[in-house]
Amino acid sequence: MKPIRNAYALLSPAIVWLTLFLVVPVALITVISFSTDGGYGLIIYEFSLDAYLQAFDPFYLQIIWQSIVWAFVSTVICLLVGYPFAYFIAHSGKWKNILLILVMIPFWSNLLIRLYAWVILLNNEGVINQLLLSIGIISEPITMLYTPFSIIVGMVYGFLPFMILPIYASIEQLDRRYLEAAEDLGAGPVSTFLRVTLPITMPGVIAGVFMTFIPAVSVFVITDLLTGNRLVMIGNVIRDAFVVEMNWQLGSALSILLMALVLLSVLIFTRFTSSRSKRMTR
Amino acid sequence: MRKKTKIILGSFSVLVFLFFYIPLFVVMAFSFNDSSVGTVWTGFTTQWYESLFSNRQILSAVQNSLYIAVVTTIISTILGTLAAIALYRYNFPGKRFLNVIFYIPVAMPEIVVGISLLALYAMVGMTLGLNTVFPGHVVMATSFVMLVVMARLHGFDPAMEEAAKDLGANKWQTFWRVTFPLIFPGVLAASLLAFTISLDEFVVAFFTTGPGSNTLPVLIYSMVRRGVSPEINALSTILLIFIVIVVLIVGRVLIQIQSRGGDRS
Repeated sequence: MKPIRNAYALLSPAIVWLTLFLVVPVALITVISFSTDGGYGLIIYEFSLDAYLQAFDPFYLQIIWQSIVWAFVSTVICLLVGYPFAYFIAHSGKWKNILLILVMIPFWSNLLIRLYAWVILLNNEGVINQLLLSIGIISEPITMLYTPFSIIVGMVYGFLPFMILPIYASIEQLDRRYLEAAEDLGAGPVSTFLRVTLPITMPGVIAGVFMTFIPAVSVFVITDLLTGNRLVMIGNVIRDAFVVEMNWQLGSALSILLMALVLLSVLIFTRFTSSRSKRMTR
Repeated sequence: MRKKTKIILGSFSVLVFLFFYIPLFVVMAFSFNDSSVGTVWTGFTTQWYESLFSNRQILSAVQNSLYIAVVTTIISTILGTLAAIALYRYNFPGKRFLNVIFYIPVAMPEIVVGISLLALYAMVGMTLGLNTVFPGHVVMATSFVMLVVMARLHGFDPAMEEAAKDLGANKWQTFWRVTFPLIFPGVLAASLLAFTISLDEFVVAFFTTGPGSNTLPVLIYSMVRRGVSPEINALSTILLIFIVIVVLIVGRVLIQIQSRGGDRS
Protein backbone atom coordinates (compact mmCIF):
# COMPACT_ATOMS: atom_id res chain seq x y z
CA MET A 1 0.00 0.00 0.00
CA LYS A 2 1.24 3.44 -0.93
CA PRO A 3 0.42 5.51 2.20
CA ILE A 4 2.28 3.01 4.37
CA ARG A 5 5.29 3.18 2.09
CA ASN A 6 5.19 6.98 2.34
CA ALA A 7 5.02 6.83 6.12
CA TYR A 8 8.06 4.59 6.36
CA ALA A 9 9.95 6.74 3.86
CA LEU A 10 9.34 9.82 6.01
CA LEU A 11 10.23 8.00 9.21
CA SER A 12 13.29 6.10 8.06
CA PRO A 13 15.88 8.93 8.40
CA ALA A 14 14.95 9.48 12.07
CA ILE A 15 14.77 5.74 12.75
CA VAL A 16 18.16 5.10 11.16
CA TRP A 17 19.73 7.93 13.19
CA LEU A 18 18.20 6.80 16.49
CA THR A 19 19.23 3.21 15.79
CA LEU A 20 22.84 4.09 14.95
CA PHE A 21 23.41 6.61 17.74
CA LEU A 22 21.10 5.43 20.51
CA VAL A 23 19.94 1.82 20.16
CA VAL A 24 23.27 0.35 19.01
CA PRO A 25 25.32 2.23 21.67
CA VAL A 26 22.96 1.20 24.47
CA ALA A 27 23.04 -2.40 23.21
CA LEU A 28 26.83 -2.13 23.21
CA ILE A 29 27.09 -1.02 26.84
CA THR A 30 24.66 -3.80 27.77
CA VAL A 31 27.08 -6.29 26.19
CA ILE A 32 30.05 -4.59 27.87
CA SER A 33 28.32 -4.78 31.26
CA PHE A 34 28.23 -8.58 30.92
CA SER A 35 31.78 -8.89 29.57
CA THR A 36 34.99 -9.82 31.34
CA ASP A 37 37.48 -7.24 32.57
CA GLY A 38 40.90 -7.85 31.03
CA GLY A 39 42.57 -5.14 33.12
CA TYR A 40 43.80 -1.73 31.91
CA GLY A 41 40.46 -1.06 30.21
CA LEU A 42 40.70 -4.18 28.06
CA ILE A 43 37.32 -5.76 27.31
CA ILE A 44 37.18 -9.54 26.87
CA TYR A 45 33.92 -10.66 25.34
CA GLU A 46 33.22 -13.58 27.64
CA PHE A 47 30.06 -13.68 29.70
CA SER A 48 30.57 -12.56 33.27
CA LEU A 49 28.47 -11.10 36.06
CA ASP A 50 31.49 -9.55 37.78
CA ALA A 51 30.48 -5.98 37.00
CA TYR A 52 27.01 -6.46 38.49
CA LEU A 53 28.43 -8.21 41.56
CA GLN A 54 30.74 -5.24 41.97
CA ALA A 55 27.86 -2.80 41.45
CA PHE A 56 25.87 -4.53 44.20
CA ASP A 57 28.68 -3.98 46.66
CA PRO A 58 27.35 -2.09 49.73
CA PHE A 59 29.61 0.84 48.80
CA TYR A 60 27.85 1.38 45.47
CA LEU A 61 24.42 0.41 46.80
CA GLN A 62 24.77 3.14 49.38
CA ILE A 63 25.64 5.69 46.67
CA ILE A 64 22.67 4.57 44.57
CA TRP A 65 20.38 4.85 47.59
CA GLN A 66 21.72 8.31 48.41
CA SER A 67 21.17 9.44 44.81
CA ILE A 68 17.55 8.26 44.98
CA VAL A 69 16.97 10.01 48.32
CA TRP A 70 18.46 13.36 47.20
CA ALA A 71 16.62 13.26 43.87
CA PHE A 72 13.38 12.29 45.63
CA VAL A 73 13.63 15.05 48.24
CA SER A 74 14.39 17.63 45.51
CA THR A 75 11.49 16.40 43.38
CA VAL A 76 9.08 16.69 46.34
CA ILE A 77 10.31 20.23 47.11
CA CYS A 78 10.01 21.17 43.42
CA LEU A 79 6.44 19.85 43.39
CA LEU A 80 5.45 21.67 46.60
CA VAL A 81 6.96 24.93 45.33
CA GLY A 82 6.16 24.47 41.65
CA TYR A 83 2.46 23.65 41.86
CA PRO A 84 1.25 26.77 43.72
CA PHE A 85 3.66 28.88 41.67
CA ALA A 86 2.36 27.47 38.36
CA TYR A 87 -1.20 27.89 39.67
CA PHE A 88 -0.56 31.56 40.39
CA ILE A 89 0.99 32.21 36.96
CA ALA A 90 -1.86 30.43 35.18
CA HIS A 91 -4.33 32.71 37.01
CA SER A 92 -2.51 35.99 36.54
CA GLY A 93 -4.45 37.17 33.49
CA LYS A 94 -2.60 39.46 31.12
CA TRP A 95 0.67 39.10 33.06
CA LYS A 96 0.74 35.38 32.31
CA ASN A 97 3.07 35.45 29.30
CA ILE A 98 5.51 37.88 30.89
CA LEU A 99 5.75 35.81 34.07
CA LEU A 100 6.24 32.68 32.00
CA ILE A 101 9.11 34.31 30.09
CA LEU A 102 10.64 35.30 33.45
CA VAL A 103 10.59 31.61 34.41
CA MET A 104 12.14 30.61 31.09
CA ILE A 105 15.10 33.01 31.21
CA PRO A 106 17.01 31.30 34.02
CA PHE A 107 15.95 27.97 32.52
CA TRP A 108 17.63 28.87 29.23
CA SER A 109 20.85 29.96 30.85
CA ASN A 110 23.46 27.29 31.32
CA LEU A 111 23.01 24.95 34.32
CA LEU A 112 26.74 25.16 35.13
CA ILE A 113 26.54 28.93 35.38
CA ARG A 114 23.50 28.74 37.62
CA LEU A 115 25.30 26.26 39.87
CA TYR A 116 28.35 28.49 39.92
CA ALA A 117 26.13 31.31 41.18
CA TRP A 118 25.35 29.14 44.20
CA VAL A 119 29.06 28.56 44.83
CA ILE A 120 29.38 32.32 45.23
CA LEU A 121 26.33 32.47 47.49
CA LEU A 122 26.89 29.43 49.72
CA ASN A 123 30.65 29.68 50.17
CA ASN A 124 32.05 30.00 53.72
CA GLU A 125 33.22 33.47 52.67
CA GLY A 126 30.18 33.76 50.43
CA VAL A 127 27.45 36.32 50.14
CA ILE A 128 24.94 34.61 52.45
CA ASN A 129 27.44 33.99 55.23
CA GLN A 130 28.78 37.54 55.08
CA LEU A 131 25.29 38.94 55.18
CA LEU A 132 24.35 36.83 58.20
CA LEU A 133 27.65 37.67 59.94
CA SER A 134 27.28 41.39 59.37
CA ILE A 135 23.78 41.57 60.83
CA GLY A 136 24.95 39.42 63.71
CA ILE A 137 22.61 36.44 63.36
CA ILE A 138 25.60 34.10 63.37
CA SER A 139 29.05 34.54 64.81
CA GLU A 140 30.81 31.97 62.65
CA PRO A 141 30.17 31.12 59.00
CA ILE A 142 27.85 28.17 58.46
CA THR A 143 29.24 25.50 56.17
CA MET A 144 26.63 25.14 53.43
CA LEU A 145 28.73 24.26 50.43
CA TYR A 146 30.00 20.65 50.41
CA THR A 147 26.89 19.45 52.29
CA PRO A 148 23.71 17.60 51.20
CA PHE A 149 21.95 20.94 51.71
CA SER A 150 23.88 22.49 48.82
CA ILE A 151 23.03 19.48 46.63
CA ILE A 152 19.30 19.88 47.31
CA VAL A 153 19.52 23.65 46.66
CA GLY A 154 21.35 23.00 43.40
CA MET A 155 18.83 20.40 42.25
CA VAL A 156 15.79 22.50 43.13
CA TYR A 157 17.33 25.55 41.47
CA GLY A 158 18.36 23.62 38.39
CA PHE A 159 15.25 21.54 37.82
CA LEU A 160 12.34 23.59 39.23
CA PRO A 161 11.40 24.97 35.77
CA PHE A 162 11.01 21.36 34.54
CA MET A 163 8.32 20.96 37.21
CA ILE A 164 6.65 24.34 36.69
CA LEU A 165 6.21 24.25 32.91
CA PRO A 166 4.20 21.01 32.49
CA ILE A 167 2.05 21.79 35.56
CA TYR A 168 1.43 25.28 34.21
CA ALA A 169 0.37 23.82 30.85
CA SER A 170 -2.17 21.49 32.48
CA ILE A 171 -3.63 24.16 34.80
CA GLU A 172 -3.85 26.53 31.86
CA GLN A 173 -5.89 24.02 29.85
CA LEU A 174 -8.23 23.30 32.75
CA ASP A 175 -11.82 23.99 31.73
CA ARG A 176 -13.15 26.61 34.18
CA ARG A 177 -16.65 25.13 33.85
CA TYR A 178 -15.58 22.16 35.97
CA LEU A 179 -14.75 24.53 38.81
CA GLU A 180 -18.04 26.38 38.42
CA ALA A 181 -19.91 23.07 38.44
CA ALA A 182 -18.14 22.01 41.64
CA GLU A 183 -19.02 25.32 43.25
CA ASP A 184 -22.65 25.06 42.14
CA LEU A 185 -22.82 21.62 43.68
CA GLY A 186 -21.72 23.08 46.99
CA ALA A 187 -18.02 22.17 47.14
CA GLY A 188 -15.77 24.56 49.08
CA PRO A 189 -12.49 25.83 47.62
CA VAL A 190 -10.42 23.13 49.35
CA SER A 191 -12.52 20.22 48.23
CA THR A 192 -12.85 21.72 44.72
CA PHE A 193 -9.08 21.83 44.55
CA LEU A 194 -8.54 18.32 45.93
CA ARG A 195 -11.35 16.62 44.01
CA VAL A 196 -11.47 18.56 40.74
CA THR A 197 -8.39 20.67 40.00
CA LEU A 198 -5.72 18.28 41.29
CA PRO A 199 -7.03 15.10 39.59
CA ILE A 200 -7.54 16.91 36.26
CA THR A 201 -4.06 18.46 36.33
CA MET A 202 -2.46 15.14 37.34
CA PRO A 203 -0.94 14.53 33.85
CA GLY A 204 1.03 17.75 34.26
CA VAL A 205 2.17 16.71 37.73
CA ILE A 206 3.28 13.30 36.43
CA ALA A 207 5.21 14.88 33.54
CA GLY A 208 6.78 17.40 35.92
CA VAL A 209 7.83 14.73 38.42
CA PHE A 210 9.57 12.70 35.70
CA MET A 211 11.22 15.69 34.11
CA THR A 212 12.61 16.62 37.53
CA PHE A 213 13.44 13.22 38.99
CA ILE A 214 15.18 11.72 35.93
CA PRO A 215 17.80 14.45 35.49
CA ALA A 216 18.14 14.82 39.27
CA VAL A 217 18.91 11.17 39.93
CA SER A 218 21.44 10.91 37.10
CA VAL A 219 23.20 14.27 37.41
CA PHE A 220 26.90 14.47 38.24
CA VAL A 221 27.70 18.17 37.86
CA ILE A 222 25.75 19.24 40.95
CA THR A 223 27.73 17.08 43.38
CA ASP A 224 30.83 17.88 41.38
CA LEU A 225 30.56 21.66 41.55
CA LEU A 226 28.76 22.16 44.88
CA THR A 227 30.61 19.56 46.96
CA GLY A 228 33.83 19.25 44.97
CA ASN A 229 33.24 15.48 44.66
CA ARG A 230 33.22 15.08 48.46
CA LEU A 231 29.70 13.74 48.16
CA VAL A 232 28.98 11.60 45.14
CA MET A 233 25.99 10.30 43.23
CA ILE A 234 25.60 7.41 40.83
CA GLY A 235 26.38 9.78 37.93
CA ASN A 236 29.79 10.62 39.43
CA VAL A 237 30.62 6.93 39.78
CA ILE A 238 29.62 6.19 36.18
CA ARG A 239 31.68 9.10 34.88
CA ASP A 240 34.74 8.12 36.93
CA ALA A 241 34.42 4.49 35.84
CA PHE A 242 34.53 5.61 32.20
CA VAL A 243 37.00 8.47 32.15
CA VAL A 244 39.23 7.95 35.20
CA GLU A 245 39.39 4.30 36.26
CA MET A 246 38.74 2.87 32.77
CA ASN A 247 36.50 0.20 34.32
CA TRP A 248 33.94 0.18 31.52
CA GLN A 249 32.25 -2.99 32.75
CA LEU A 250 31.34 -1.36 36.05
CA GLY A 251 30.36 1.94 34.38
CA SER A 252 28.14 0.07 31.91
CA ALA A 253 26.54 -2.08 34.62
CA LEU A 254 25.78 1.01 36.72
CA SER A 255 24.33 2.74 33.63
CA ILE A 256 22.05 -0.24 32.99
CA LEU A 257 20.99 -0.13 36.65
CA LEU A 258 20.35 3.61 36.35
CA MET A 259 18.13 3.04 33.30
CA ALA A 260 16.31 0.26 35.14
CA LEU A 261 15.84 2.56 38.12
CA VAL A 262 14.37 5.31 35.92
CA LEU A 263 12.06 2.83 34.17
CA LEU A 264 10.95 1.33 37.47
CA SER A 265 10.21 4.71 39.02
CA VAL A 266 8.18 5.68 35.93
CA LEU A 267 6.15 2.46 36.22
CA ILE A 268 5.58 2.72 39.97
CA PHE A 269 4.70 6.37 39.88
CA THR A 270 2.27 6.15 36.94
CA ARG A 271 0.53 3.17 38.54
CA PHE A 272 0.30 4.92 41.91
CA THR A 273 -1.05 8.19 40.51
CA SER A 274 -3.48 6.64 38.04
CA SER A 275 -5.18 4.50 40.71
CA ARG A 276 -5.17 7.45 43.07
CA SER A 277 -6.66 9.99 40.68
CA LYS A 278 -9.33 7.45 39.72
CA ARG A 279 -10.26 7.16 43.38
CA MET A 280 -10.29 10.92 43.85
CA THR A 281 -12.56 11.63 40.92
CA ARG A 282 -15.01 8.95 41.94
CA MET B 1 -9.55 32.57 43.22
CA ARG B 2 -10.38 34.33 46.47
CA LYS B 3 -8.58 37.52 47.26
CA LYS B 4 -6.82 36.15 50.33
CA THR B 5 -5.59 33.06 48.43
CA LYS B 6 -4.38 35.33 45.66
CA ILE B 7 -2.35 37.48 48.06
CA ILE B 8 -0.75 34.45 49.72
CA LEU B 9 0.04 32.81 46.38
CA GLY B 10 1.27 36.10 44.98
CA SER B 11 3.74 36.77 47.78
CA PHE B 12 4.88 33.15 47.60
CA SER B 13 5.51 33.55 43.87
CA VAL B 14 7.51 36.71 44.47
CA LEU B 15 9.78 34.68 46.77
CA VAL B 16 10.19 32.02 44.06
CA PHE B 17 11.14 34.70 41.53
CA LEU B 18 13.69 36.10 44.00
CA PHE B 19 15.08 32.58 44.39
CA PHE B 20 15.39 32.38 40.58
CA TYR B 21 16.96 35.76 40.04
CA ILE B 22 19.11 36.68 43.06
CA PRO B 23 21.88 34.22 42.10
CA LEU B 24 21.91 35.56 38.55
CA PHE B 25 22.15 39.16 39.77
CA VAL B 26 24.97 38.22 42.15
CA VAL B 27 26.92 36.74 39.22
CA MET B 28 26.36 39.92 37.20
CA ALA B 29 27.40 42.17 40.08
CA PHE B 30 30.57 40.20 40.78
CA SER B 31 31.61 40.36 37.12
CA PHE B 32 32.46 44.02 37.86
CA ASN B 33 34.25 43.24 41.14
CA ASP B 34 37.85 44.38 41.39
CA SER B 35 39.02 41.34 43.39
CA SER B 36 40.41 38.27 41.68
CA VAL B 37 39.92 35.74 44.48
CA GLY B 38 37.35 36.51 47.10
CA THR B 39 33.64 36.98 47.00
CA VAL B 40 34.08 40.27 48.85
CA TRP B 41 33.28 43.49 47.00
CA THR B 42 36.40 45.61 46.63
CA GLY B 43 35.65 47.99 43.79
CA PHE B 44 34.40 48.45 40.25
CA THR B 45 36.31 47.20 37.22
CA THR B 46 35.71 46.07 33.65
CA GLN B 47 39.03 44.26 33.40
CA TRP B 48 37.41 40.76 33.38
CA TYR B 49 35.50 41.67 30.24
CA GLU B 50 38.70 42.84 28.59
CA SER B 51 40.61 39.67 29.44
CA LEU B 52 37.62 37.62 28.33
CA PHE B 53 37.64 39.03 24.82
CA SER B 54 41.32 38.31 24.42
CA ASN B 55 40.92 34.74 25.68
CA ARG B 56 41.40 32.51 22.65
CA GLN B 57 40.12 29.39 24.42
CA ILE B 58 36.74 30.98 25.04
CA LEU B 59 36.42 32.37 21.55
CA SER B 60 37.19 29.00 19.96
CA ALA B 61 34.75 27.25 22.34
CA VAL B 62 32.01 29.69 21.28
CA GLN B 63 32.84 28.91 17.66
CA ASN B 64 32.73 25.14 18.28
CA SER B 65 29.41 25.37 20.12
CA LEU B 66 27.82 27.43 17.35
CA TYR B 67 29.05 24.99 14.70
CA ILE B 68 27.63 21.98 16.55
CA ALA B 69 24.36 23.77 17.29
CA VAL B 70 23.88 24.72 13.61
CA VAL B 71 24.61 21.18 12.35
CA THR B 72 22.35 19.68 15.06
CA THR B 73 19.54 22.10 14.24
CA ILE B 74 19.60 21.37 10.50
CA ILE B 75 19.67 17.58 10.87
CA SER B 76 17.23 17.26 13.78
CA THR B 77 14.72 19.70 12.25
CA ILE B 78 14.60 17.67 9.03
CA LEU B 79 14.45 14.27 10.77
CA GLY B 80 11.94 15.38 13.40
CA THR B 81 9.61 17.22 11.00
CA LEU B 82 9.46 14.30 8.55
CA ALA B 83 8.78 11.86 11.39
CA ALA B 84 6.09 14.11 12.88
CA ILE B 85 4.30 14.36 9.52
CA ALA B 86 4.42 10.57 9.10
CA LEU B 87 3.16 9.88 12.61
CA TYR B 88 0.41 12.46 12.37
CA ARG B 89 -0.90 11.68 8.92
CA TYR B 90 -0.58 7.96 8.39
CA ASN B 91 -1.79 4.87 10.15
CA PHE B 92 0.56 1.95 9.79
CA PRO B 93 1.59 -1.16 11.69
CA GLY B 94 3.99 -0.37 14.52
CA LYS B 95 2.88 3.25 14.92
CA ARG B 96 2.26 2.99 18.65
CA PHE B 97 5.63 1.33 19.13
CA LEU B 98 7.40 4.10 17.19
CA ASN B 99 5.57 6.75 19.19
CA VAL B 100 7.09 5.23 22.33
CA ILE B 101 10.55 4.93 20.73
CA PHE B 102 10.62 8.65 19.96
CA TYR B 103 9.92 9.47 23.60
CA ILE B 104 12.89 7.45 24.85
CA PRO B 105 15.57 10.09 24.22
CA VAL B 106 13.49 12.57 26.26
CA ALA B 107 13.35 10.20 29.26
CA MET B 108 16.84 8.72 28.88
CA PRO B 109 19.40 9.97 31.42
CA GLU B 110 21.85 12.13 29.45
CA ILE B 111 24.83 10.42 31.02
CA VAL B 112 23.77 7.09 29.49
CA VAL B 113 23.47 8.68 26.02
CA GLY B 114 26.94 10.16 26.52
CA ILE B 115 28.84 7.12 27.80
CA SER B 116 27.19 4.70 25.36
CA LEU B 117 28.24 6.92 22.42
CA LEU B 118 31.72 7.08 23.91
CA ALA B 119 31.75 3.27 24.00
CA LEU B 120 30.55 3.12 20.38
CA TYR B 121 33.26 5.50 19.14
CA ALA B 122 35.93 3.56 21.02
CA MET B 123 34.59 0.33 19.54
CA VAL B 124 34.76 1.48 15.90
CA GLY B 125 38.06 3.25 16.55
CA MET B 126 36.79 6.75 15.85
CA THR B 127 38.94 9.62 17.15
CA LEU B 128 36.97 11.99 19.35
CA GLY B 129 36.71 15.53 18.04
CA LEU B 130 34.19 18.19 17.19
CA ASN B 131 32.25 15.97 14.79
CA THR B 132 31.65 13.23 17.35
CA VAL B 133 29.46 15.58 19.40
CA PHE B 134 26.50 16.35 17.15
CA PRO B 135 25.21 12.76 16.60
CA GLY B 136 24.25 12.65 20.29
CA HIS B 137 22.79 16.13 20.19
CA VAL B 138 20.68 15.17 17.17
CA VAL B 139 19.38 12.11 19.08
CA MET B 140 18.20 14.36 21.91
CA ALA B 141 16.91 17.25 19.79
CA THR B 142 14.98 15.18 17.21
CA SER B 143 12.44 13.97 19.77
CA PHE B 144 11.76 17.52 20.94
CA VAL B 145 11.42 18.74 17.34
CA MET B 146 8.95 15.94 16.69
CA LEU B 147 6.86 16.78 19.75
CA VAL B 148 6.69 20.50 18.88
CA VAL B 149 5.82 19.90 15.21
CA MET B 150 3.20 17.29 16.21
CA ALA B 151 1.59 19.84 18.52
CA ARG B 152 1.36 22.28 15.59
CA LEU B 153 -0.05 19.58 13.30
CA HIS B 154 -2.96 19.06 15.68
CA GLY B 155 -4.48 22.27 14.41
CA PHE B 156 -3.92 21.25 10.80
CA ASP B 157 -6.89 20.68 8.52
CA PRO B 158 -6.26 17.89 5.94
CA ALA B 159 -8.99 19.44 3.77
CA MET B 160 -6.46 22.14 2.82
CA GLU B 161 -4.26 19.58 1.12
CA GLU B 162 -7.22 17.92 -0.57
CA ALA B 163 -8.31 21.31 -1.89
CA ALA B 164 -4.83 21.90 -3.32
CA LYS B 165 -4.91 18.51 -5.04
CA ASP B 166 -8.39 19.15 -6.42
CA LEU B 167 -7.11 22.39 -7.87
CA GLY B 168 -4.45 20.43 -9.75
CA ALA B 169 -1.36 20.80 -7.55
CA ASN B 170 1.03 17.85 -7.59
CA LYS B 171 2.56 16.31 -4.45
CA TRP B 172 5.54 18.66 -4.24
CA GLN B 173 3.52 21.75 -4.98
CA THR B 174 1.01 20.74 -2.30
CA PHE B 175 3.78 20.24 0.23
CA TRP B 176 5.74 23.42 -0.44
CA ARG B 177 2.82 25.76 -1.06
CA VAL B 178 0.21 24.44 1.38
CA THR B 179 1.50 22.02 4.00
CA PHE B 180 4.85 23.64 4.73
CA PRO B 181 3.61 27.24 5.15
CA LEU B 182 0.96 25.95 7.55
CA ILE B 183 3.37 24.03 9.77
CA PHE B 184 6.19 26.57 9.38
CA PRO B 185 5.69 28.31 12.76
CA GLY B 186 5.90 24.91 14.44
CA VAL B 187 9.02 23.99 12.48
CA LEU B 188 10.65 27.34 13.32
CA ALA B 189 9.86 27.01 17.03
CA ALA B 190 11.16 23.42 16.95
CA SER B 191 14.41 24.39 15.25
CA LEU B 192 15.02 27.15 17.78
CA LEU B 193 14.44 24.64 20.56
CA ALA B 194 16.91 22.24 18.91
CA PHE B 195 19.44 25.07 18.62
CA THR B 196 19.20 26.03 22.30
CA ILE B 197 19.27 22.39 23.44
CA SER B 198 22.51 21.79 21.55
CA LEU B 199 24.11 25.12 22.50
CA ASP B 200 23.45 24.47 26.18
CA GLU B 201 24.09 20.72 26.30
CA PHE B 202 26.94 19.68 28.56
CA VAL B 203 26.82 16.00 29.54
CA VAL B 204 26.85 14.35 26.10
CA ALA B 205 29.40 16.90 24.84
CA PHE B 206 31.60 16.19 27.86
CA PHE B 207 31.86 12.51 26.97
CA THR B 208 31.98 12.76 23.17
CA THR B 209 34.22 15.73 22.45
CA GLY B 210 37.90 15.30 21.84
CA PRO B 211 40.79 17.12 23.49
CA GLY B 212 41.23 20.62 22.13
CA SER B 213 37.69 20.85 20.78
CA ASN B 214 35.83 22.11 23.83
CA THR B 215 32.29 23.34 23.49
CA LEU B 216 31.38 26.36 25.59
CA PRO B 217 29.59 24.37 28.36
CA VAL B 218 32.54 21.95 28.56
CA LEU B 219 34.95 24.88 28.87
CA ILE B 220 32.76 26.57 31.50
CA TYR B 221 32.74 23.29 33.45
CA SER B 222 36.52 23.10 33.53
CA MET B 223 36.75 26.80 34.45
CA VAL B 224 34.24 26.45 37.31
CA ARG B 225 35.98 23.32 38.55
CA ARG B 226 39.28 25.15 38.75
CA GLY B 227 37.61 27.52 41.18
CA VAL B 228 36.02 30.90 41.44
CA SER B 229 37.28 33.12 38.65
CA PRO B 230 35.88 36.57 37.86
CA GLU B 231 36.18 35.79 34.15
CA ILE B 232 33.38 33.23 34.50
CA ASN B 233 31.20 35.96 36.00
CA ALA B 234 31.85 38.17 33.00
CA LEU B 235 31.20 35.33 30.56
CA SER B 236 27.99 34.35 32.39
CA THR B 237 26.74 37.94 32.34
CA ILE B 238 27.28 38.21 28.60
CA LEU B 239 25.52 34.89 28.01
CA LEU B 240 22.59 35.89 30.23
CA ILE B 241 22.11 39.20 28.43
CA PHE B 242 22.41 37.40 25.09
CA ILE B 243 19.71 34.90 26.16
CA VAL B 244 17.35 37.66 27.31
CA ILE B 245 17.73 39.41 23.94
CA VAL B 246 17.17 36.19 21.99
CA VAL B 247 14.10 35.30 24.09
CA LEU B 248 12.60 38.75 23.52
CA ILE B 249 13.21 38.70 19.75
CA VAL B 250 12.06 35.11 19.28
CA GLY B 251 8.99 35.68 21.44
CA ARG B 252 8.01 38.72 19.36
CA VAL B 253 8.60 36.93 16.02
CA LEU B 254 6.60 33.88 17.11
CA ILE B 255 3.69 36.03 18.33
CA GLN B 256 3.69 37.91 15.00
CA ILE B 257 3.73 34.71 12.94
CA GLN B 258 1.01 33.19 15.09
CA SER B 259 -1.28 36.19 14.82
CA ARG B 260 -0.74 36.29 11.06
CA GLY B 261 -1.54 32.57 10.83
CA GLY B 262 -4.62 33.25 12.94
CA ASP B 263 -5.83 35.95 10.53
CA ARG B 264 -5.53 33.61 7.61
CA SER B 265 -7.59 30.78 9.04
